[in-house]
Amino acid sequence: MNDKIVDIRDLHVWYRTFAGQVKVLNGVNLNVRRGEKVSIVGETGCGKTTTVKSILRILVKQASIPKGEILFNGKNVLRMNNNELKKLRGSGVSMIFQDPTMSLNPVFTIGSQMYAVIRYSGLPGAEKKSVQQELAVKALKETSMPDPERILQSYPFQLSGGMRQRISIAMSLATPRDLVIADEPTTNLDVTIQDQVLKILKERVEDKGSSLILITHSLGVARETTDRIYVMYAGSMVETAPTKELFKKQLHPYTKALMDCIPKLSGGGVSEGIPGRIPNYLNPGEGCRFAPRCPKAFERCQCEKPEYVDTGNEHQVACFLYY
Amino acid sequence: MNNKHEKIVPKRDKYENIKKAWYKFSLNRMSVVGLVIVCIVIILAVFQPIIAPYPEHVGAYVNFKDASIAPNSTYWMGTDVFGRDIMSRIFYAFRGALIMGVGVLAVVVPIGGILGLIAGYWKDKWISTAIMRITDVFLALPPLILALCVCAILRPTLFNSMMAVCVSWWPWYTRLVYGMATTLRNELYVKSAELLGASKGHIIFREILPNCLGPIFTKMTLDMGWVILTGASLSFVGLGEQPPIPALGTMVSDGAKFLPAQWWIAIFPALAIMVVVLGFNLMGDGVKDMLSSEE
Amino acid sequence: MLVNWLKRIGTYLLVLLGLSILVFIIGRVIPGDPARQALGPRAPEEVVQALRVEMHLDKPYVTQYVLWLKGALKLDLGKSLMTRRPVIEDVKEFLPATLEIVSISALLMAVGGILLGILSTKYSDSWLDGIIRVISYLGIVSPAFVWAIIFMLVFGYNLPIFPTTGRIGLTITAPPTVTGMYTIDYLLNGDIVGFKDALAHLVLPSIALMLGGLAQAARITRSSMTENSTKDYILAEQAYGIPERKILFNYLLKPSLIPTVSVLSLDMASLFGSAFLVEQLFNFPGLSRYGMQAMLNKDLNAISAVVMILGIVFIIVNIFIDIVVAYLDPRVRLMGGGN
Repeated sequence: MNDKIVDIRDLHVWYRTFAGQVKVLNGVNLNVRRGEKVSIVGETGCGKTTTVKSILRILVKQASIPKGEILFNGKNVLRMNNNELKKLRGSGVSMIFQDPTMSLNPVFTIGSQMYAVIRYSGLPGAEKKSVQQELAVKALKETSMPDPERILQSYPFQLSGGMRQRISIAMSLATPRDLVIADEPTTNLDVTIQDQVLKILKERVEDKGSSLILITHSLGVARETTDRIYVMYAGSMVETAPTKELFKKQLHPYTKALMDCIPKLSGGGVSEGIPGRIPNYLNPGEGCRFAPRCPKAFERCQCEKPEYVDTGNEHQVACFLYY
Repeated sequence: MNNKHEKIVPKRDKYENIKKAWYKFSLNRMSVVGLVIVCIVIILAVFQPIIAPYPEHVGAYVNFKDASIAPNSTYWMGTDVFGRDIMSRIFYAFRGALIMGVGVLAVVVPIGGILGLIAGYWKDKWISTAIMRITDVFLALPPLILALCVCAILRPTLFNSMMAVCVSWWPWYTRLVYGMATTLRNELYVKSAELLGASKGHIIFREILPNCLGPIFTKMTLDMGWVILTGASLSFVGLGEQPPIPALGTMVSDGAKFLPAQWWIAIFPALAIMVVVLGFNLMGDGVKDMLSSEE
Repeated sequence: MLVNWLKRIGTYLLVLLGLSILVFIIGRVIPGDPARQALGPRAPEEVVQALRVEMHLDKPYVTQYVLWLKGALKLDLGKSLMTRRPVIEDVKEFLPATLEIVSISALLMAVGGILLGILSTKYSDSWLDGIIRVISYLGIVSPAFVWAIIFMLVFGYNLPIFPTTGRIGLTITAPPTVTGMYTIDYLLNGDIVGFKDALAHLVLPSIALMLGGLAQAARITRSSMTENSTKDYILAEQAYGIPERKILFNYLLKPSLIPTVSVLSLDMASLFGSAFLVEQLFNFPGLSRYGMQAMLNKDLNAISAVVMILGIVFIIVNIFIDIVVAYLDPRVRLMGGGN
C-alpha cells in the first residue's frame, strides 16, 4: 500500500506586512506518496515556494498559519517539537534552492558545508569526520562531479552555476531522505545545462527511493521529470492529475490557458498569453481567485470558493464548471 | 534596479513622486523623529532673537548677581559663571553649528564628488591613480587631527575651522563617488551614450551622477551631524568661534571646570550636541530609505 | 598573491611619504613665519633669527624637507619648543601611555561591539534588541568627551570607584621602564599593587573612548547579520537542521563581519585622534594630549612627529584589517583583489 509521505490539508498562510495581512496561501491541498515524483506548476508569486517552505517550517518571522495541517509520515509538522523538527530536517526532508549563487555560503568551503549537513542529519556515526568525508565524496561522485576531493576544498565562487546545483543535489541526498524538494532548480542555469541537471536529479531521487516535489513554471520540465502535476494559482491548487492524463485533457480554464501558451510544433501560432494580473493578496475576496481573469466565470465563481472535485483517473479539479 | 526608466513613463500626478518619497521616508518612525528634531533646531537657530528668552546674553553680557544659578523657572537651563542664560546661548550656538555643517558640505561635496567622478570614470588612467593616492594620504589621518592641525596653525575663527574641516572631509566623498562611478561606467546606458558620441561631460553629469545621488544625499544628511560634532570638538579646545560668541564645544569645555557642583553649565550644551547629531542621524536613515530604489 | 601584498605595502609607504609632505606643507608653508609665531611678537629679532637658522627656515623648502626626512629616519625628530627636549624623548614617554588606552579601547570595541550585535540579531525585535539599539544610537552620537564628562561626574564624585586623573595614584611610584606601559612594566616587576592601580586608571578613559566605536560596530553587525539572515544559504542551513547556535556564531557571523571590520578599522585608526580630548579631561599624560598642546603652541617638530606616528598607526591598523578581511572572505584571499 502506497502510504503518503506528505499530506498538506487546507493550508492557509498569511504574511504580516505594513499594509495588512497578505493572504498568500488560501487552502492548499497536496500529497505525495512514497517514491512518487510530483511537480507544482504555476506562475511567479502564486505561492509554490511558500507551500514547500511550510513543510520544513522555514518561513519568515512575519508568516503565520491560521488554518490547516501538514502531515509528514502521519505526524503534523506544525505541531512538532524541536527534537521532532530536527529529525524532520535531518533525515526526512531536504531542499534544493533556486539560485545556485545564493544557496551556498560564500565564505565556507563546499566541504565544510557538506560535512555540517551530514553531521546534523542524525545518521548514526555521523559525528566522525571520516564518515562525513566518505559520504560527501560518495554523494559528489554520484552526481558525476569530477575530482570530488578538490571540490570539497573549493569555495562556491570558484565553481560554475551548474556545478553548484549539482552540489546542492548531492547535499540533499548525501544521507537518506524520504522527500526531496527542488524549488525551480534549473531556472537560473544555462539552457544547455538544464537538461543535464534535471536528469541527474531524477536519477538520484529514483536511485535512493526518495519522493520528489519539483517546483517549476514550465509544464515542459514537469512533463519530463515527474509522474504527477499540481497546477497552482494564487494560493491554492486548481487542478491535479497524473502527467500523461493532464497533457491529454485539461479541465480548469487556467490549465487550458497555460497549455495554450506553449508553442507547439504542430502549428497554431503563438498564444496571446493570459489577460489580467494576479489578484491583490491583501483583499482577495471570497470567491475563486481566478474568476476575474477566467473566460468561463459566472455568478457563483465570484462569491464562493470551489473545492476539489474528483473526475476519475485520479484527475481532480477545483472549478464550479465541474460541479 | 535603477530609476532611470521613470523618465520614460509619464507621471499621472506631478506630486506622486513627492508623496511616494514621503511614504518611504516616513515608514520608519524614528526617521520622522529625526526630521522633527532637525526642524526644531533650525527654527531655534534662525529665530533665536525672537524665541530665546534672553537674546542679549549672547554678546558680552555680564551679570554677576545672577551668576551660576541652577535651572529654575527664570532660567530654564540655568546660568553660567557670567550670569548668562545657558538656553539662549545654546540656541545661538546652533547657528554656528548649522553654518559649519552647511558651509563645509557645500564645499566638500562638489569638490570631492567631481574628483570622485573623474577618478572613477577614467579609472586605469594615471589621473585616477593620482587622485586616489592623494585621497588616501588625506584619509590616513582621522578627520579631527587634520582639522586640528590646520586650525591650530591658522587663527581661530569660525571660518578657519570650517576650512580645516573641509580639508579633512573631502576625501570621503571622493572615495564614495569613485566607488560608484567605477561600477556605473560599465552600465549599458553609459556605454550606449558613449557609442552615440555623447561628450564626456554629458556622460559624467547626466548619466552617471544622477545614479550616485542616493548614497551622496544620505551621507550628506548623516555628515551634517558629524561635521557639527567635529566642529564642537574643535571649539572644545578653543579653535573655532571665539568668546563671547557661544559655541557648543566651548560651552562644554568652559563648564567642565565647574563639575560637578554647577553641572548644568557643561551638561546642557553636551546634551544639545547629542540631540543635534542624533536628529541628523535618524533623519539619515529615512533619507536612505527614501532614495533607495527598492519597493 | 605575495606580489599583491608587496604592492599594497608599497602603496602604504607612498601614503606615508605623502603624509609627511602634507604635514610639512601645513607646518612650514602656510603660517608664514613659524619662528616668529613660536616665539611671539615681543621676542627680539636676533632671537627669532637664531631660531630661524636653527630650524633651517632660511634654506629652500625642498632642502628643509629632505633634512627633516633624513633626521626622521634616524629617529632624530628635532627638539620640541614646548618641552625643550628632543621630541623623540617626549614620544618615548607619552606614546606608551596612549597605546595602553588605545589598545584596551580597541579590544573592547571590537569584542563588545560584535557580541552586542550578535545578541541584537538573536533577539531581534524584542525588548532587549530595542534597548541595545537605543544605547547604540546614543553611543554613536555622543562624542567621547561627553562620555568623559559624564564619567567624571559619576565616578569622580558620586561613585568613586575608578580614579579620574593621571596614570597612577599620587602615592605610588612609577615602575622601572621596560616598555613604558605601566601595566606591563608593573607586571614584569612583579608589582601587583602597582599593576592594579595603573589598570584602574585606565578604565574610565578607555571606556569613554571606545563607546562610539562599540555602538557603531554593534549597529553594523546587527544590520549586516539581519540582512544576511534571509539569504538562501542560511535558510538552507536551517532546512538541513543545523542548530541555531551554530548558524548564529558561525555560518551567519562570518559573512556578516566584513562590513563591521571595515568600520572598526576606521574607528580604531581614529582612536588616537579622539584620545586627545579624553586625555585632556582625564589629565592623562599621553601622546594625543601632547600632540594637541603641540598644535596649540605651534610646536612644529612635535606636530610633525605626532602626525607621522598617527599615520604609521593608521597603516598598521589597515594592514591588520586587510589580513582579517582576507581571512574572512575567501574571494579576497584567493583572487588577491577585492575592491
